Parts: sequence; C-alpha cells; structure tokens
Amino acid sequence: MKLSTLILPLLLLLATAVTEETYGQQRFPAPEFESGYEYPDVSTPEPRALSLEYGDVIVLMGFLLITSWVVIKKRSRRWILWMSVGALLYFGFWREGCICAVGSGQNMALSLSDPAYMVSYTVIAFFILPLIFSLSYGRVFCASACPLGVIQDLVIVKPVKVPVWVQKSLGMFPFVYLALALLYAATGTDFIICRYDPFVGIFRMGAEFHLIVLGISFLLIGMFVARPYCRFVCPYGALLKVTSMFSKRHLSITPNQCIQCKLCAGSCPFGAIDKPTPDKLVKEIKGRTGKFLLYAAIIPLLMLIGGFALSSSHVFLAKAHPDVYLAHLLIDEPEVMDDPDNLDVQTFLGSDRTMDELVESAEEIQASFYTGAWLTGGFIGLVAGFFLISQYIVRRRADYEPNRGDCYSCGRCIKYCPVQK
Amino acid sequence: MERKKTKSRREFINSSMRFGMVLALGGVGGLAFRKSTGDQWVWQVDPFKCSWCGRCATHCVLNPSAVKCVHAYELCGYCDLCGGYLIPGHSDRSTAAENQLCPTAAIERKFIEEPYYEYKINEDLCIGCAKCAEGCSAFGNGSLHLQIMHHICVNCNECAIARVCPSDAIKRVKGSDPYLMKGDFTADGGET
Ligand code: SF4
Ligand code: SF4
Ligand code: SF4
Ligand code: SF4
Repeated sequence: MKLSTLILPLLLLLATAVTEETYGQQRFPAPEFESGYEYPDVSTPEPRALSLEYGDVIVLMGFLLITSWVVIKKRSRRWILWMSVGALLYFGFWREGCICAVGSGQNMALSLSDPAYMVSYTVIAFFILPLIFSLSYGRVFCASACPLGVIQDLVIVKPVKVPVWVQKSLGMFPFVYLALALLYAATGTDFIICRYDPFVGIFRMGAEFHLIVLGISFLLIGMFVARPYCRFVCPYGALLKVTSMFSKRHLSITPNQCIQCKLCAGSCPFGAIDKPTPDKLVKEIKGRTGKFLLYAAIIPLLMLIGGFALSSSHVFLAKAHPDVYLAHLLIDEPEVMDDPDNLDVQTFLGSDRTMDELVESAEEIQASFYTGAWLTGGFIGLVAGFFLISQYIVRRRADYEPNRGDCYSCGRCIKYCPVQK
Repeated sequence: MERKKTKSRREFINSSMRFGMVLALGGVGGLAFRKSTGDQWVWQVDPFKCSWCGRCATHCVLNPSAVKCVHAYELCGYCDLCGGYLIPGHSDRSTAAENQLCPTAAIERKFIEEPYYEYKINEDLCIGCAKCAEGCSAFGNGSLHLQIMHHICVNCNECAIARVCPSDAIKRVKGSDPYLMKGDFTADGGET
C-alpha cells in the first residue's frame, strides 16, 4: 500500500471540511449550468478617492492661509464674509460636514488608546492645522473655514449682549464637553461630538428628526445670541481658545493706534472686545494677590474633587457602552431574557458569546472608564480652577482690544475704527 | 517704565506658553503619526457577524440606507424555492408580491435553465432590511447578504449603524479594500 493512497482521501476530506467551514451553510451545491450561463458581475463601487481626501487638506490649508492674510494684512470684513460662504459651500454642503476638525480629536484619542485603530493622515492634518494657525494668527479657522461656525455667523441678525458672567460661566461647558468626548472616544464607546453635531443634518439635508430640530433651534437662537454653538458648546473651540490666547499675532481692531473713541465697543456680536482696564481696577488688583494665590493653591484640590466625583460615577458613564449596558441589564433584570422584542438581548442570547465573556468585556471597559474618569474629572477640576483664578488676573490694557481667546476674527469690528493707517 | 516691564513679562509668558503648546501639539501629532496610515477608513458590514436585525434599514443617516443587499452568485444554489425570495410557508407556489419576503420587491427572479433561477437585487429599490439575507441563511446557502455601498455611503466619522448593531458587525475597513463580500474572505477574516 502506497502512502499516497492513504493521504489523498485524507486531503480531500480536509478540503471539503475547509470549504464547509468557510461558507457555513452550503446546503445546495452550486449548479453546473449547461446553457453557458455566466455569473453576473456584482458591482462594488469604490469609495471616494484618496486623492480627493488629500485635496480636502489642501483646500483647508488654502482657506487658513488666505484667511490669515486677510485678517492680519488685508483687514477686510467683506473678504472674510466671502471666504466663509465658500467654506460653507465646500466643507458644509459639498463635503456634507465630514470630515471636520471639530470631531477629529476623537479619532486622535481613539488611535492613541486602541491598538487596532490607526488614524489617517487626513485626520491628523484636520486636527493639527487649525490649531497651528490659531497659535500663529488666532482663530482664523473659526472665521472662515469651519462649516459649523460660518453657518452660525451668516444667520446673525440682531445679536443681544450676553452678561459677562453668563458668558464666562457657560464658556466652561466646551471644556467639559471636550473632556467627556475624549473619554468616550478613547474607550471606544461613541463619538458624541459627531452624534450631537447639530448642523450636519442641515448640510446633508436630512437626518433624524431630533437632530434637525436641534440644528434649526441653534440657528434660530443664533439670530440673537451670536454663534451659540461656538461659544457655549464647541469642544474643539475650547482648544482653539487656549491656543489663540497665546497666539503670536492676532487681528487688531485699529490699523494703527487706538484713540479710545469707543466706537468699536459695541460692535462685536460675541462680546469679545475688552475695554481698557480702569485705573481703579488696577489698584484693586494689587490687593488681590492673596486671593489669587489662595485659589491657585486649591487647584490640586479641585482636580482631586473632580476626579473623585467623576470616577465614582464611572459605572453610570460606562453604561453608554453597549457591552456594559447589556451586562448590567441582564444581571439586574434577568426577566428581559424572555422579552422577544428586545433585539439586543435576543441577539446576544442567539450568538455564541457566553455570559462570562460579556461580563469580562464589560468589566474591562468599566476599568478603563474608571481610569479615564479620574483623568477627565481632574481636567475639569483644573479648568474650574483656572476659571476661578482668571477672575483675579486683570491684564493692564490701555486700548480696546479683541479678547484673543474669544475673538473669532470675523472682522466686523474693523470697520468701526475711524483711525486711518 | 513699569508698564514696559509688565509688557515684556507678559510677552515672555506668552511666548513660553506658545512654545509649550507647540511642543504639546507636536507630541500629540507625532504620537498619532507613528500609528497612522496613508489609507482611509470606510465602514463595512461583516456578513458573517450580521444577525439580520433590520437596524441597517432604519439607523443609517441616509434614507434609504446606504446598506444594500448584494448577491454572492458563486455561493447561490439558484433554487426554485428560494428562502430569501419567498415567505416561508407561502400559500401557493406563485411568486406574487404577497408571497415575497422583500418589502419593496427589490429581488428580481429570472429563469435560467431547468431547475435554476437567478435572483438579482435591484439596488434602487433595496432598503437594506436584511429580510432576504436572513431567509437565505436560514433555508439556503447564505449567498444574499448586506454590504455598505460606497457610492451612496457618506462615510460618517462614526457610522450611525455601527453604534446600534447588536452583533457588532459593522467595522472600519481600509478604503483600498472596502468590501467584505462573502466568498472573498472567510468568517475568521482570512482571504480565500
Ligand atoms: S473680529 Fe473678533 S472682536 Fe472683532 S467683531 Fe469679530 S469676533 Fe468680535
Ligand atoms: S445592524 Fe448589524 S446585525 Fe443588524 S442588519 Fe445591520 S449589520 Fe446585520
Ligand atoms: S457610515 Fe453613515 S452613510 Fe454609511 S452606512 Fe453608516 S450611517 Fe449610513
Ligand atoms: S429583503 Fe430587504 S435587504 Fe433584501 S433586497 Fe429586499 S429590501 Fe433589500
């Protein structure tokens, strides 16, 4: 008996086993056609070409460069207006709001935490470029490259003045939102910035009902409270704000020397123009150093409190993850297993995943939420601390100047200044 | 004099903060860059994980959904009694609309030769409800299955269906290889 006679059937057996394994349920053999029938082609259209994605980066770069030049050198509101219309059409209605810098931080966070996810060059560019420009020339991205920003800018009708303390306190929310968004992205749970993007539905001309309502309400409110999303929600705006605060150059209201005519004082729809510091205040600050030091000293405490508070609710936070949610549901309310309408439960029961595997995965995710919640809470505490001490830092200012953190470089105030070059 | 001093101090603080932020940005960018790809990501349904729950039809940001049924013809048995085409236990053998599984009558049946029939999806009608794919997997070869069609999909940063898919079947795939067609790869992800 030859070896091959033994091996051949074995190999055949193996081969059939493999094909069966491959297709699972090949119940009926593929027919052998006699009529010369050929399988039709299955169309698999390609996604948008990679070169076009790189093209988007170049377009963004172009918008940022031209806007910077307009803001610093040309100083023309009209130019900025037309640039922002262009950005609305290209990044908004043509590219349908994706990919955008506002959400890109989540991809960065996910790629740093998830070993399997690699972020693409385009996303890195969309994340980094506006921040670099913000460090150099202020928030030129907001002025006329961000589709979310410009759509709000274009609907401003009659801006009302928001009380300073309201503006300042609500201005903390973007930092909280940013921290939570990064937490949810890094744990692979959800991209909440994209999910609650109020304008993407408008750009796509269709979305879930509540998103359309959200978008339209933001625009309606935005007619009177200028750029509400930018000022009180936008998490990427938080990053742009801190980078812009230390920008190398920035739009200035006057082309030359401020003559304190006050003409521009009320011209900013966003309340972003700082008045000269009154002498009285300057004297007061001197007496405030003690308070300043006190608040600076309690920052670590605030960070601890924030971290502790958030980490003790890490289970609640983690329930946004489907695995954690399902594991808790099955343990707390086992009767859902008999509910034929609960799709998630039924799918889980029908899958070959065991309860132990689910619980193990849920525990892992909860553990990473615990660590993440400490970091997030600490960060929120830090921001609160800075907010507190910023009340006691008064910069000596002789002129009317745009607030570098809050100014969107929209250029409206420029034409109010009577000073000539 | 004193003003000048505060001014230069302020400038010093500003430029050191700026320098620090450039460093931080460079650090984050560099870290991300080390683990980056020149390719792009798109979303795709893993047909071996899909449990035909129907959410693909209802949760895509587009209406009708960018998810469509595709037919892996080489796997199909070309059966007369197609589990993906006819409602199980249908009254007679007619192929009238009320006997069809597909809610939009998107499957076109064509006689090829005795006893074989070809089933073709009309993509314009298909809403990606997975009813046919479920039927085909239950009674047939599982050759009908769902895929995200990339000329329709707007490639959301986070696919709205991926979030709600109970089987975790929707995943990111490389843009250079954007389909997970049955027959082209195996359940464990290998290529055939
Ligand atoms: S350029 Fe800045 S300060 Fe001037 S109106 Fe626009 S946002 Fe306000
Ligand atoms: S949501 Fe998931 S399980 Fe449901 S039909 Fe789509 S891919 Fe299949
Ligand atoms: S990525 Fe967006 S458009 Fe594409 S299938 Fe998912 S939800 Fe639909
Ligand atoms: S049954 Fe559903 S998935 Fe299948 S072809 Fe019809 S609409 Fe498409």
